Amino acid sequence: MAQTFAQKVLARSAGRPQVAVGQIVTVKPAHLLTHDNTSAIVGKIDKDLAEVGLVRRDLPIIVLDHVVPALDEKTARGHAKVRKFVEKYGVENFYDVGEGICHQIVVEKGHAKPGTIIVGSDSHTCSYGAVGCFATGIDRTEAAALLLTGETWLKVPPTIKITLRGQFTPGVSAKDLVLRIIGDIGADGADYAAVEFHGDVKNLSIEERFTIANMGVEMGAKIAVFPVDERTVEYLFSAGVKRDQYQALWADPDAEYARELTYDLAELEPVVAAPHTVDNVFPVSKFAGQKISQCLLGTCTNGRLSDLREAAAVLKGRRISKKVRFLVLPASRSVYDEALTDGTLLTLLKAGATILPPGCGPCLGAHQGVLAPGEVCLSTSNRNFKGRMGCKEGEVYLASPATVAASAIHGVITDPRKEL
Amino acid sequence: MKIWKYGDDINTDMLFPGKYTYTCATPDEIKPHLLEDLDATFAQAVQAGDVLVAGRNFGCGSSREQPVVGLKAVGVAAIVAKGFARIFYRAAINQGLLLIECAEAVDAYKDGSTVSIDAAGGKVSVDGKTYSFPKLPPEIMAICDAGGLLEYTRKKLKGRKVG
Repeated sequence: MAQTFAQKVLARSAGRPQVAVGQIVTVKPAHLLTHDNTSAIVGKIDKDLAEVGLVRRDLPIIVLDHVVPALDEKTARGHAKVRKFVEKYGVENFYDVGEGICHQIVVEKGHAKPGTIIVGSDSHTCSYGAVGCFATGIDRTEAAALLLTGETWLKVPPTIKITLRGQFTPGVSAKDLVLRIIGDIGADGADYAAVEFHGDVKNLSIEERFTIANMGVEMGAKIAVFPVDERTVEYLFSAGVKRDQYQALWADPDAEYARELTYDLAELEPVVAAPHTVDNVFPVSKFAGQKISQCLLGTCTNGRLSDLREAAAVLKGRRISKKVRFLVLPASRSVYDEALTDGTLLTLLKAGATILPPGCGPCLGAHQGVLAPGEVCLSTSNRNFKGRMGCKEGEVYLASPATVAASAIHGVITDPRKEL
Repeated sequence: MKIWKYGDDINTDMLFPGKYTYTCATPDEIKPHLLEDLDATFAQAVQAGDVLVAGRNFGCGSSREQPVVGLKAVGVAAIVAKGFARIFYRAAINQGLLLIECAEAVDAYKDGSTVSIDAAGGKVSVDGKTYSFPKLPPEIMAICDAGGLLEYTRKKLKGRKVG
């Protein structure tokens, strides 16, 4: 019987010829991603680890990125506990403060291999669907159990097929597409489901696919995945992964889908997600003129080189409004390096940006740019929930790097097509 | 038993603000901040046996488990909603917190309605009218029955030593 991507990956991992939607299977993920929360995860099983040990030294990928450099003694103690765990159990893949955002690191360092399963104690683990990986978020307790057993259960999800046609017009990007989709189907529109992207995927760079897959969880999806094509193979090769190191999988042409949607990329326009839900999506024109006090360019959604360059193209030779604080966080040390070398960061700095170290920064409201009551942030991040940026009387609008850059110039939400 | 009624898309930032995620992990640290940005009265007034009733997509957003750990620790008997986000759903299984997906029961609920739950029978009643909800498959029920995933895992690992 014809199978979807999710069915094929789960069948292979479970050692079965095929699996049916709704079936529960036991799988052994290739990797388990954890970040600053590793200290809390390990704290649950200190005694168990002493008794039975870490199941596999190459299972965990640990990245310190959420509150880095340490905010206070408590977070510093958490980081110290993680380093101790890494050393004691010989964890093979550990990235300390300053290396980058966990999701960028997993892909950039070649840990995400097509056709494999990666679970992570972070909801945006779904990002690795950009390179054909079955990747999904779990909680801390499940991460703790995985460190001991190396296995977990997954229910075979139904799949939604989204077909993409054509190319973006100038000023419109992957962020506008994924916000549009979430606006259309709702924040629970893909609950429990897998989302497969079909059609003219070749027109999207891996970084654009990353932005889209990253926001899969904002429509409730278990995974959001792209097929592996020449662009993926090339990207992975540059990340040190050779073609014979993975066996990509993709859906059969006649696989069964729960729902099918089609988007013509040329028909899309720049959009924003207004407070306080990600599916509250409107054309940017509806909010044009809305005052903003802070702009954020970065995060696991839009902190890669192409995102920084897109913003720099808008801001070259310009100066941001004196009423706006413009925070920029490159997604990793490598992105930082490239953006520094090619002059992108200098352009942003001269325009008035404050460059912060690679990490999650203010996105989760823990530090580095928390809002005050009444303030509005226009952000390239993925969540605009009430209180998200540390203050429940603050507001967050989500948009693309180009929209954020154009808006920073004027201090009000601005259609980026006016600044091209 | 008090019923706490909320709407659609109650996300994890409302249930437990992100600014506390790396400083609060134990039930005692979590409890004072439960539902802080949604309902400032909740943390003080919630009592063992209380039930939450909510709309669609309950628990969407971050993978943080503190809302589940906290709600379980204060003794919330169940959350009845039209739907749950998947990571929250798994987290509830992992802590042994009962989630009831039943849109009809939520629609039937009005201020002051009485609610009773028969977890084993897969039934929830609102003002005397009974609705069925799908029970978890036996292999997943075993995790809840063991008292949560870590207890379940420890049972499975019993006797295994570093080798």
